[in-house]
Amino acid sequence: MAKNDLQGALDLLILKTLSQLGSMHGYGIVMHLRRVSDELIIVEEGSLYPALHRMEQNGWVRANWAVTDYGRKARWYALTKAGREQLASREKNWEQVVKGVNAILRFA
Amino acid sequence: MDREIQAELLEHMQMGIDDNMARGMSREQAEREARLRFGSPSAMRERVGAEDAALGLESLGRDVRTALRGFVKSPGFSLVVVGTLALGIGANTAIFELLDAVRLRSLPVLKPGELAEVRIAGGNGGFGINNGLVGNFTVPMWQEVKDHHDPFSGIFAWRTDEMLLGKPSDAHRAYGLEVSGNLFNVLGVPPWQGRLIEPQDEAGCDLTKVVASYAFWKSEMAGAPITANSTLMVEGKTVQVLGVTPPSFFGLVVGDRFDLAYPTCTPPNPRREVFALSVMGRLKPGWNLQHATEYFNALSPGLFERTAPEGYSPETIKAFKAFRLAAYPAGAGVSYLRNEYNSSLELLLAITGLVLLIACANLANLMLARASGKQREVAIRMALGASRGRVLRQILLESALLAMIGAALGIALAQPLSRALVNALNTSQNSIHLTILPDWRVLVFAAVVSVATCVVFGTLPAVRNANANPITAMRSGERGVAGNRERFAVQRAMVITQVAVSMVLLVAALLFVRSYRNLMTVDPGFRESGISVGYFNFPMMKIKPENLAAYKRQLVEDVRALPGIENAAGTTNVPLSGGSWSHHVQVDALDGSSKFTYVSPSYFATLGIPLLTGRNFTDRDTNDSPLVLVVNQTFIRKYIRTPSPIGQHVHVRPEPQYPERTYEIVGTIPDTKYGDLRDETPPMAFVPIDQFPVTAQGPFLAMMFAGRDRSSAVETVRRMFEQKHPGTIMQFYDFEQGIRDNLVGDRMMALLSGFFGILAALLVVVGLYGVLTYFLAQRRGEIGIRIALGASRRRVVGGLLVEAVVMLLVGLAAGTGLALLAGREASSMLFGLKPWDPMVLAASALLLAIVTLLSSLVPALKAANVDPISSLRSE
Repeated sequence: MAKNDLQGALDLLILKTLSQLGSMHGYGIVMHLRRVSDELIIVEEGSLYPALHRMEQNGWVRANWAVTDYGRKARWYALTKAGREQLASREKNWEQVVKGVNAILRFA
Repeated sequence: MDREIQAELLEHMQMGIDDNMARGMSREQAEREARLRFGSPSAMRERVGAEDAALGLESLGRDVRTALRGFVKSPGFSLVVVGTLALGIGANTAIFELLDAVRLRSLPVLKPGELAEVRIAGGNGGFGINNGLVGNFTVPMWQEVKDHHDPFSGIFAWRTDEMLLGKPSDAHRAYGLEVSGNLFNVLGVPPWQGRLIEPQDEAGCDLTKVVASYAFWKSEMAGAPITANSTLMVEGKTVQVLGVTPPSFFGLVVGDRFDLAYPTCTPPNPRREVFALSVMGRLKPGWNLQHATEYFNALSPGLFERTAPEGYSPETIKAFKAFRLAAYPAGAGVSYLRNEYNSSLELLLAITGLVLLIACANLANLMLARASGKQREVAIRMALGASRGRVLRQILLESALLAMIGAALGIALAQPLSRALVNALNTSQNSIHLTILPDWRVLVFAAVVSVATCVVFGTLPAVRNANANPITAMRSGERGVAGNRERFAVQRAMVITQVAVSMVLLVAALLFVRSYRNLMTVDPGFRESGISVGYFNFPMMKIKPENLAAYKRQLVEDVRALPGIENAAGTTNVPLSGGSWSHHVQVDALDGSSKFTYVSPSYFATLGIPLLTGRNFTDRDTNDSPLVLVVNQTFIRKYIRTPSPIGQHVHVRPEPQYPERTYEIVGTIPDTKYGDLRDETPPMAFVPIDQFPVTAQGPFLAMMFAGRDRSSAVETVRRMFEQKHPGTIMQFYDFEQGIRDNLVGDRMMALLSGFFGILAALLVVVGLYGVLTYFLAQRRGEIGIRIALGASRRRVVGGLLVEAVVMLLVGLAAGTGLALLAGREASSMLFGLKPWDPMVLAASALLLAIVTLLSSLVPALKAANVDPISSLRSE
């Protein structure tokens, strides 16, 4: 059975983004999600940063300060090994959730 | 950490602004848009921080800083809490440490639990001559048990004595420890330097060898290595120093020290009635005190038969032969302090325990009030997104930190306080030597109790808040949300406890202060001020016993003739100095004991004691004329049944050196104090000093002299002796000061109980003020509404005062009951008043009432000045 958590969806999006981009800062993650989802998914900063810090505490991501292309200092996040394992299990979990939700929607 | 989060969020916003501007917005527009999208930066920071705070040490540091800032902001509160804790913990530990050093700790020797002392069961009833605390054995008795001690693997005898150190003309006192040869072996005390006294050193009675204590070796011998050439001048002779004892060994008397130990010896004809030795042994494996007692009990009949002294009446000898020996634990040594101050120290410990109780009640109230005052702040922080755990942790940390600062200060205070106590017990003549060791058990106990109080009461309201809905908490503001009633009940109970316990402490304080005052002002029946006491020793004069009486009379006359000396008298006993001399008397059919003092004819005049009837002694009352007595009123009441005591004959039973005698009463004096200010006057008889039995004469004299200026009088006497009687060993002290010194224990009780009583009253002020202020804060809204609805300010003030008075009355009633209960324990320590002294009870209650009303007046007046508008607006 799929552990359902919609909050988990945000973690999944962040983990996936980081796995695609290698390493990114918070603002970049927001921008990336907006662009890739065609402005369909807009993550609020108020949710993003607590999530990032929580993941850091859990050891899924690590962060260090670096300069952006535009000369601003930012905290860059990257996946750790535990983070990649977490991403794999979350992706699988998400597929189950989608399957389950679709099954409910298609029920007639 | 905080700063890092802030930087990260700020950069995020800046990036947003950059992007907005890149899209063509003006700077202002760009900033506005970014901020709108971003939301409240501080709420966000709090939420992000909460994620990190779960473990980070760094955030702990931040919480500590926040807490410290809070303390600085309310210095009054912080100081009171820290001060209360420090005093509560410090005083408790200090007094417990002293009690431990005096009473509980074992001697610093090998396996002290195996040591046992042999004594006559029930004491010797004042038989013969007793040398204080350690005088339990005569020399012949010791010789008997020396070779018959099956329960012991080793046995030893010892006593303490004073020695004169240095040249006779410039001698000073040293504390001597006379030991039998195997004392150090049996105790298992190894030499620090050289060797210690061994059995072969007991040969010969000339003092030739000594062992120094570590402290003496360090101070008087500069810690120089012990060699064959290490010598000292003792009692006018050169003696060899064999070695040094380890630093921890202070002898066997707790609270005392020794300078030099020297071997005991067995003189050819030892005195059989002088009890001077203490005998101790180490129990063999398999023996316990009961078996040892049985053994010595079986040994006793033969032992006392063989060691019975001569020159006593048959009844007295019979009593001696009925003595039985028993074994007692000796692992903690012996102690004058223990006998004298044990109950005082226990009582003080109880008092400090009560102070700790008040302190805890006070802390609980203060913390509760403060935590409740924080409700609004907590509600706001939680509404802003702080997690419950986080807020709780902050509050917990704050209370714990405050408690820990107080506890640390208390721990730091304990040792100096203990030392100050020891110093308070020192007098000009007796110094106390105690090793005060930090006692972790009691320190930890006191600290844990008070810290726990702080933390529990500081956190409880917060826990409750954490479970409350922030919105309700915020809306109802200071009025508090839930459990208002029960929380007030807890606080009321605590104020009542405080008042009750303070009442007990105040009663104790007043009792001891008044008892001390009574002792200070009690009339001993003779002059105390301006009197000096001099002890003179002249063994080197080699005066024959039959000429000593004349020589002593000459000494008194020499002193009386000096300028600046009002009067002088020789005596065999200085009153109120602790000494005692009795004979068994018989007057017609009545018999019993009476104190006997041999005095110069000038004695009564010197001490200002009036002669009531009959005549005073004269220089013609000598051993060649009829024997005469002056007696006091108690003597007359107890032994005289005829209308006039004058001319009655008093028969005195014989004792060694004191032949059987019959005296005639020639004069009477009023009752005067004898050995101790507290004691009832015993029957007392005075004999002319010239009629002192020649057989008991010795080359020493105690003299009391009155002079207008005390120190110059002493100097005049000293100079006269140096010129006319060179070689005399002299020692002087102030009579009045000596009497005061004997009251040092009473002074300590008065001082300390007074101090704690005042402390308790102060704590009540603080506690009550805190609670009433808190009540007021909680009910500002209510009071505002009542005033707005037309209640008079007087009624508002009255309402608050009534509450205070009710708490006061309940507390006082409980306190009086407790004080009466506790007073029974203290009654033996009081002089001249009963523990239920109504004056003391009334004064304590009155004092507490005044204190209570004063401390509730300020909050009550504040309540009267509540502005209904502003108090309602804050809702």
